[in-house]
Amino acid sequence: MIAAIAFYCFSAVAVGSAIMVISARNPVHSVLFLILTFFNAAGLFILIGAEFIAMILIVVYVGAVAVLFLFVVMMLDIGFAQMREGFLQYLPVGGLIGIILAVELILVGGSWSLSSKIQQIRSSPTPSLEKMTNTHAIGNVLYTEYIYLFQGAGLTLLVAMVGAIVLTLRTRRGVKKQKIAKQIARRPEDSVKLHNVQTGSGV
Amino acid sequence: MVIPNLTPAIAEIFLACSGMLLLVYGVFRGDSSVRSVSWLSVLSIVIAGVFLSFGDGRNLTFNGQFIADDYARFMKWLVVLGSSLAVVMSISYNKTEKIEKFEYPILILFSTLGMFMMVSANDLISLYIGLELQSLALYVVAAFRRDSLRSSEAGLKYFVLGALSSGMLLYGASMIYGFAGTTSFDGLAVTLRGGTGEPAVGLIVGLVFLITGLAFKVSAVPFHMWTPDVYEGAPTPVTAFFAVAPKIAAMALFVRLLIGPFGVLLSEWQQVIILISVASMVFGAVAALWQTNIKRLLAYSSIGHVGYALVGLAAGSEAGVRGVLIYMAIYLAMNVGTFCCVLAMRRSSGMVENIFDLAGLSRNQPVLAFAFAALMFSMAGIPPLAGFFGKFYIFIAAVDAGLVVLAILGVLSSVVSAFYYLRIIKIMFFDESAERFDRAITGEIRLILTVATCFVLFFFLRPGLIVENAESAARVLFVG
Repeated sequence: MIAAIAFYCFSAVAVGSAIMVISARNPVHSVLFLILTFFNAAGLFILIGAEFIAMILIVVYVGAVAVLFLFVVMMLDIGFAQMREGFLQYLPVGGLIGIILAVELILVGGSWSLSSKIQQIRSSPTPSLEKMTNTHAIGNVLYTEYIYLFQGAGLTLLVAMVGAIVLTLRTRRGVKKQKIAKQIARRPEDSVKLHNVQTGSGV
Repeated sequence: MVIPNLTPAIAEIFLACSGMLLLVYGVFRGDSSVRSVSWLSVLSIVIAGVFLSFGDGRNLTFNGQFIADDYARFMKWLVVLGSSLAVVMSISYNKTEKIEKFEYPILILFSTLGMFMMVSANDLISLYIGLELQSLALYVVAAFRRDSLRSSEAGLKYFVLGALSSGMLLYGASMIYGFAGTTSFDGLAVTLRGGTGEPAVGLIVGLVFLITGLAFKVSAVPFHMWTPDVYEGAPTPVTAFFAVAPKIAAMALFVRLLIGPFGVLLSEWQQVIILISVASMVFGAVAALWQTNIKRLLAYSSIGHVGYALVGLAAGSEAGVRGVLIYMAIYLAMNVGTFCCVLAMRRSSGMVENIFDLAGLSRNQPVLAFAFAALMFSMAGIPPLAGFFGKFYIFIAAVDAGLVVLAILGVLSSVVSAFYYLRIIKIMFFDESAERFDRAITGEIRLILTVATCFVLFFFLRPGLIVENAESAARVLFVG
């Protein structure tokens, strides 16, 4: 009962704030609504017992991605009002595609039927919470059964990092930098000369 | 807990390790290491190709997420050729254009690794991971000349549209998972064959989204919009790379996905493939007629070529798949050769890209003009050059599969496309001489051009080499 109420609360707020993301006039408000959507999605995940994904959602999406969005929105002076000007112009085409997609999805939803062999091919069911937490369960398969995908994803991130550096790093020429090693390695006998200057004769 | 069998994936593991080592080497040596990193990358890609030849038979590993069979090996060899030649072609170009950086060959190497993973994907998730690894590196190399507005635009456009197509692909994959309950290709095949009566609507809708995502990657009409702009904006060796290796890998994935797990749904996806294939052939032929920029022209030409290759897929038969494999091999040789010629279009003022700059090439540089002409005749599909045989095997397969109308449309659009290929030859041989090009093409590019032209010219003497390999590669998709 309480779970059902919670489900409807979370999903209603999630849908409502998702609509607000695209309709809010102020882009900063959009980002804040996006954060609210993420929180509610996390709540839904907790309801189905996926607490690890719920926490990851908050840590990664709210903690990093949404804050990054906020930075971008605040630092770049993008005329969001201008960007919306084409909205009415594209509404007929966009609306048509949207309606077709919606009809397709309703058809798909209406014909929902599970495959008869689904039990046999389900290879890694979630273990019940009494046996282990699902963080533990994910860890158990992530580094064993899915090691290939895990490593592949790692390489993809490496490429993303290399790419970001290649495209943005600029080495400026003619900048004088402090070389600490050179400073420390400098000895008095290399740089200090003692002269005996005769009084009255100048250097 | 057992360590998975690593031997089938030895080439991939080698590529990943050498990529990371070269990255470290490059970072420590700085930009003075560009030349050595480039050649070492070529060497690693070639060694990975050698590792491939040790494998035989059909091997699954990593819980069935990775497959190594004759089909994968054939396609990976093509990818190896395309990628390593692209790196070789870039070395002197990047130096003269002052965009040499050691990251460039490394990004190509990682993208090659992504293509290997795509070709060997046996699961929807590994398909996606391979595709992303490949595309992410491609987005970066497209924008590699970061001081040029057009290159940055090309990279950004490619990135945005690529992200959109990945989104569609993922959406389709999630639908398929929802309705079939598995992401593994083998599991999907079992589920689909076991199903009685009509397949679920959700599966079909998911499959359509998956096809859309892949059609973006092979740049088939109507998902081709990015191709001309990206080809034009990216540096020329990058364009040469784009035209060859990623197309081959995406086509390999396309064929494996549709023929393998979705083979039983042939009647469902066949109409979609026929539609995008006809659209690509016709559009590729007609839109290129007005192009004067050689790189844009080759972009439209590659859209057309993808259309012809898809005819073989639409046939859905073993002969059709064999046709696709032969076509992609010949396409590789033709495009690599043509882009070598484009790289030779350099005057003291810089690179030129207009086709009228080729005027009178036959008098200034007769050998180059002859090679270019042979490649263009081959692209147009004139016998007895290689391009003719590529189309021949495809159309025969289509006719055998009862797709006579499709084959006729293919022949007609290939006649139309012959116009612009022949126009380039006419400009080279019969127009008033324009200012001559610098004779500065380097030895390695001359070598690649010679080999590609010889392949195109003399393919008809020994077609067996490729045809037999393609045949045994195509067969494995239809076993079991």
